[in-house]
Amino acid sequence: MTAANSNSIAIKVSDLRRRFGTQQVLDGVDLECPRGQITTIVGPSGCGKTVFLKHLTLLMRADSGRIVINGVDVTRLSSRALDSVREQFGVLFQGGALFDSLTVFENVAFPLVEKTRMSREEIARAVNDKLAAVGLEGMGHKYPSEISGGMQKRAALARALIRNPNILYLDEPTTGLDPTRTGAIHELIRRTHEKFGLTVVMVSHDVPQVFEISDRVAFMHRGRMWLNGTVAQVMEAHDPIFERFLAGRGSGDDDLPAGGRSEARV
Amino acid sequence: MNSPISIDRPASPPLVAAIERLGAAILEGVNALGRFVLFLLSAMVEIVLPPYKVRLVLRQIRTIGAESFFLVALIAMFTGMVLGLQGEFTLRKFGSEGALGTVVSLVLVRELGPVLTALMVTARAGSAMAAEIGAMQVTEQIDALTVMAINPVQYLVSPRLIAAVISFPLLTSMFDVIGILGGYAVGVGLMGAPAASYFNGIAQNLSGDDVSGGLYKALVFGLIVAWVSCYKGYNAERMATGVSRATTEAVVLSSVLILMFDYFLTSLLLK
Ligand SMILES: Nc1ncnc2c1ncn2[C@@H]1O[C@H](COP(=O)(O)OP(=O)(O)OP(=O)(O)O)[C@@H](O)[C@H]1O
Ligand SMILES: [Mg+2]
Repeated sequence: MTAANSNSIAIKVSDLRRRFGTQQVLDGVDLECPRGQITTIVGPSGCGKTVFLKHLTLLMRADSGRIVINGVDVTRLSSRALDSVREQFGVLFQGGALFDSLTVFENVAFPLVEKTRMSREEIARAVNDKLAAVGLEGMGHKYPSEISGGMQKRAALARALIRNPNILYLDEPTTGLDPTRTGAIHELIRRTHEKFGLTVVMVSHDVPQVFEISDRVAFMHRGRMWLNGTVAQVMEAHDPIFERFLAGRGSGDDDLPAGGRSEARV
Repeated sequence: MNSPISIDRPASPPLVAAIERLGAAILEGVNALGRFVLFLLSAMVEIVLPPYKVRLVLRQIRTIGAESFFLVALIAMFTGMVLGLQGEFTLRKFGSEGALGTVVSLVLVRELGPVLTALMVTARAGSAMAAEIGAMQVTEQIDALTVMAINPVQYLVSPRLIAAVISFPLLTSMFDVIGILGGYAVGVGLMGAPAASYFNGIAQNLSGDDVSGGLYKALVFGLIVAWVSCYKGYNAERMATGVSRATTEAVVLSSVLILMFDYFLTSLLLK
């Protein structure tokens, strides 16, 4: 593969640490997300995937470590300067985070209404396009409380995509969806990614299906990226902890071979 | 493995430990007060920074002001009526029925108007503000605003502050007028106090300073209610009881601060 020159790396995280009280949730995370690729983060519930993503979306500040996004070291920026970095993001929150005082249409339109000078018609066209892409045509007039959890996820995905971001963060885009919908959302993510050359960082529990659309996989365990590489590299590493995780037997620390951390890197 | 470095401090003697605890508590208190004050300051700074959201302010004036109107009118009516009743009953003993208008209007304009309006609007709109912003915090809608590069304080808090500062004096004025009419209805209409001296007394004895002092209080109360309610909602904890606790605390703290500041403002204004 190509050498990791700085231009091909959209996001570079080094030695990121974050502690809540006595709990060291991020304990030296290193990760590189190449531009235009889909990087999927997997790991057991509660291992810190959402917390990590919140650092990437600049919602939380690390205790130490660096995050470089498109060549900008965001750990050093003032909060005003962070906004210009955020303009490049689309974010899907784990719970959707739709504004419940607005309809689905208004939710998807919101970033355009607030941050652009597009006309009403242009906005309506863009919103209806995105709603159709996530399979929600005709649902625009409903409020988030009137649609199912899976539909809320898709509406939130439409909102994340509405400004054609160049980095897309997805926290569990398919959790709570039926298998058909999961496939459809994966397909949508792949198509959007190919069409716009998006860099995607995704947290998912849909292993191993999600690997089909992923370029790279990072397995989070003990506050770090335990495994990290292309899908093939990670699968071929035959890491016992990862394989137990895949088999649905958790990744408990009990019978871990001492110093058993394996590396699969480019 | 990678256990963080921990420094074992020697155990302190009991007295020192107690002083340490006291110090920690004081520091935490000062810290919390600092966050509370900074919250207001940043909301005020965001008022002057673009983009300006007149639409959001108008919408908040509708929820805080217009939708509280009937509640405030009802309370004002009964407050005025009871003042008419009590006042006329008491004044009659001293043979000064003619002073009813003066008494009712002064009590309403200086004290009961601003305070009761503020308390009623706290119960209605302050609680709603805390609950709404609290729910947005708990369900990550505030984070969603942030990642869209929209400042949530500017979007949610500043319009409410402006709207409250505009609405409270208006509602208070309406309270005063309706209360004075209520006092007239009972004192004059029912109890038979002299009709002419009711409004004459008001015209002669209610000064511009009384009116502006009352409105000045209303303005401060509006600021307090919006500030406290938004702050409590904004800092709601992400758990099942987070929103309800924020709402309760907002109402209690607003009410306490309204009455405390009423005393301080009165002592300033009476100078
Ligand atoms: N704001 C916070 N304050 C304190 N602890 C937190 C906070 N946010 C997260 N944590 C803790 O960090 C740990 C990781 O949480 P996180 O939400 O990142 O898990 P996750 O990997 O996303 O799990 P899931 O797959 O269930 O979403 C949890 O133990 C949680 O209790
Ligand atoms: Mg999570």
